[in-house]
Amino acid sequence: MASVDEVKKLAALARLSVRDEEVKAFAKEFDSILAYVGQLESLQVHSEEKKTPPLRNVFREDSEPHEKGKYTKKIVEQFPNRERNYLKVKKIISYE
Amino acid sequence: MSKALNELTITEAARALRAQEITVQQLWDACAKAAKEKNTELKAFLELFPADDTAIDAAQKRIDNKGDNTPALCGIPLAIKDNILIEGHIASSASKILSNYKATYDATVITKLKEAGTLFLGRTNMDEFAMGSSTEHSAFGAAKNPHDTSRVPGGSSGGSAAAVAAHMALCALGSDTGGSIRQPAAHCGLVGFKPTYGAVSRNGLEALASSLDQIGPLAKSVADAKALFDAIRGRDPLDATTIETAPSAVPVAFRIGVPHHLLTEGLDKDVRAHFDNALAAFAQQGHEIVDVSLPTSPHALAAYYVIQPAEASTNLARYDGMRYGVSVAGDSLLQDYVRSRTEGFGTETKRRILLGTYVLSSGYIDAYYRKAELARGMLRTEYDKAFESVDVIAFPTTPSPAFAFGEKTDPVSMYLEDIFTVTANLTGMPALSVPMGNVMREHASLPTGIHFTAPHGKDNVLFAVGAKLTGEQLY
Repeated sequence: MASVDEVKKLAALARLSVRDEEVKAFAKEFDSILAYVGQLESLQVHSEEKKTPPLRNVFREDSEPHEKGKYTKKIVEQFPNRERNYLKVKKIISYE
Repeated sequence: MSKALNELTITEAARALRAQEITVQQLWDACAKAAKEKNTELKAFLELFPADDTAIDAAQKRIDNKGDNTPALCGIPLAIKDNILIEGHIASSASKILSNYKATYDATVITKLKEAGTLFLGRTNMDEFAMGSSTEHSAFGAAKNPHDTSRVPGGSSGGSAAAVAAHMALCALGSDTGGSIRQPAAHCGLVGFKPTYGAVSRNGLEALASSLDQIGPLAKSVADAKALFDAIRGRDPLDATTIETAPSAVPVAFRIGVPHHLLTEGLDKDVRAHFDNALAAFAQQGHEIVDVSLPTSPHALAAYYVIQPAEASTNLARYDGMRYGVSVAGDSLLQDYVRSRTEGFGTETKRRILLGTYVLSSGYIDAYYRKAELARGMLRTEYDKAFESVDVIAFPTTPSPAFAFGEKTDPVSMYLEDIFTVTANLTGMPALSVPMGNVMREHASLPTGIHFTAPHGKDNVLFAVGAKLTGEQLY
């Protein structure tokens, strides 16, 4: 079911790199996991059950902002790389 | 007093503190000493915090001044799972990628506990990002079961369970996405409670699967679980999914539904015997045992292992080495992401991210994710219908007692540990595991648990039914 190429593609989508021996193991485990969750295929769903979504999103209006700068120092301290209070990252646009 | 101070329940300690038989300092010292002595072997805690003298003094003063009006949890030392934020402390979800992450704020549950005067002993071990049923997926080594150290304590809140079972803490907070509080509670002989979805704020809980996660207690008694739940529940503007749960009427005689059709295979015979004994004890007390049918239940675990990895892969996309956590530089921005995530995440986490990415990808989303969401809706409808004729539904918490380290190496056999517990997360209903007796395995006496589910918002009904089994009086 899951091929080595498929696992590599999924890894790329998920921003992960997998070594060749890992890819084989993942592909094998995927087959047994997908065989198990694939039993959902046999579940009969009646038409009325398709209409009502069991979950809905809950949002609220923005309110009660904290005072400016309250967390800045603590958050900036976590940055792996910074310049003053700015987060420093590599160039996003490259010219190739 | 015959018990050592660290062996007390919250109820017993709260009484002794108010009667001035013990002090907050003595209680803290007894727990801190036990924790330090036992942690090398049990690995229940990833870090033990130094004593907070200011908080200990403040708690003692509150008890001295207000006596019985002080919150029940004032001065009580607790253990906190490593995925719950305590400002200034590391909260790593037992992952390498967050091993250097210091919480910049308190989770809402921590704010509430601080206001109640609770003390924090340390952060407890867990499966990485709460994915697992044994703590074997912790990036920092597995926790051990205090009843038999060659066996797992369960997971993912295995460190919290081991800490309470070994009397290193009076009580602990865990999180439960598919059974992560109830399964370790059953394996360690504790009461474990997953509240109704939304009863407790998730603000400041490192997310695994947001539609399934709930924070809850692992405790030595039903009364303690209730006391900790009462201290942390309630609406929170910082978590829009929170609801207010008002206590509902508790029946005098319970109608206990049992889905016998789910118990025909895969169940350890000693676990089954304890379960039947527990039901017989209920019947003897005048409660009614009713057979119920939950036909979609055999699909619950499959639905869970689609929805949970799907949400996990989405939630864990935030860990990219940019703003916090472990950051590994590559030669481009993309390589920074890839290297940080590849080196930061463990194998099980990667497996579930890949699986989640797969079930959400175009071409598969209908077959897996959407079908799983439909199964979830059907389960909820079936449970709602069953609750028209029963007050609670009961089955064993796990099919068998705690397993040995390394026993479940293939992922599916580990996932099957959650077969009974996942449904309550999918339906959002509250669920409680209570010890129902020990079984002998290779000279070790291992606990087992009985599991009760109640309708949405009827959390207090579960405490009432659990207390019937333990013979506790609840106030």
